[in-house]
Amino acid sequence: MNWGWFHKLASPPHAYRIAGRLLPWFAWPAGILLVIGLYGGLVLAPADYLQGDAFRIVYVHAPGAWLSMSVYATMAAGAAIGLIWRIKLAHAVAAAAAPVGASFTVLALATGAIWGKPTWGTWWVWDARLTSELILLFLYAGVMALRASIDDRDRADRASAVLAIVGVVNLPIIHYSVYWWNTLHQPSTLTKVAKPSMAAEMLWPLLVMLLAFTLFFAAVLLARLRAEILLRERNASWLRTELAR
Amino acid sequence: MSEFLRMGGYAAYVWSCFGLAAGVLAWNVLSARRLHAIARESAIRRTAAGRGPP
Repeated sequence: MNWGWFHKLASPPHAYRIAGRLLPWFAWPAGILLVIGLYGGLVLAPADYLQGDAFRIVYVHAPGAWLSMSVYATMAAGAAIGLIWRIKLAHAVAAAAAPVGASFTVLALATGAIWGKPTWGTWWVWDARLTSELILLFLYAGVMALRASIDDRDRADRASAVLAIVGVVNLPIIHYSVYWWNTLHQPSTLTKVAKPSMAAEMLWPLLVMLLAFTLFFAAVLLARLRAEILLRERNASWLRTELAR
Repeated sequence: MSEFLRMGGYAAYVWSCFGLAAGVLAWNVLSARRLHAIARESAIRRTAAGRGPP
């Protein structure tokens, strides 16, 4: 197989330009779907027969929780590729993803606590789902702090990559925590095998919001990746022409 | 409209969550833009490409 295209894609000037060209194709659909999802979730979906209107928190809580984990997987994949094949662009992806994932983990934890108060009667319990999600936030913080504490960029890339990869063990723990242990947290609304445990008029805004948040993450990742490439690039010739525009 | 804003008595919970979500999304947009501006500045300094004719 010819890997020439791959090395071309992974070269900083190409990645910088391609990321810039792709960015609006994620950002605009994300914005449009966000508006549709919000209208569907806040206005069109009926109130839940048990939770009333409090259930609407799911439309920001679930996308936040979904991204908290999928951004971590993205970061760890970038870290692994960077570590194994020594592709600097992959380390740049990992560095770009970390603060984004941390912000969505904060969103998932905060909206979860606010949702817990009216439905469970408590802001917080130290059960498996909530504790493992809090550990996820600490993992993000650890990866970012480790990167920031090492001045040499290559060493910072490798050290934070190892921590990011080790932390992957937490992802299945978060996902299966509601099945493995007793918890207040409800099990997944959406699974691949079973029919979703939600009425269609409640479900479609959730799917739209999940897609909107995912596209939003892709757009932010591309924007941050472009910044990372500029910060890391030492080859002045393409930078000069790029910055002169 | 006021019925919609009341959220069946859960207004404080629902709107604080959606407000937080808006805040996180806005922070992501602004911080990504800021990082790009900082990176551009530092790249211009490194290559001195930004300097026009005197």
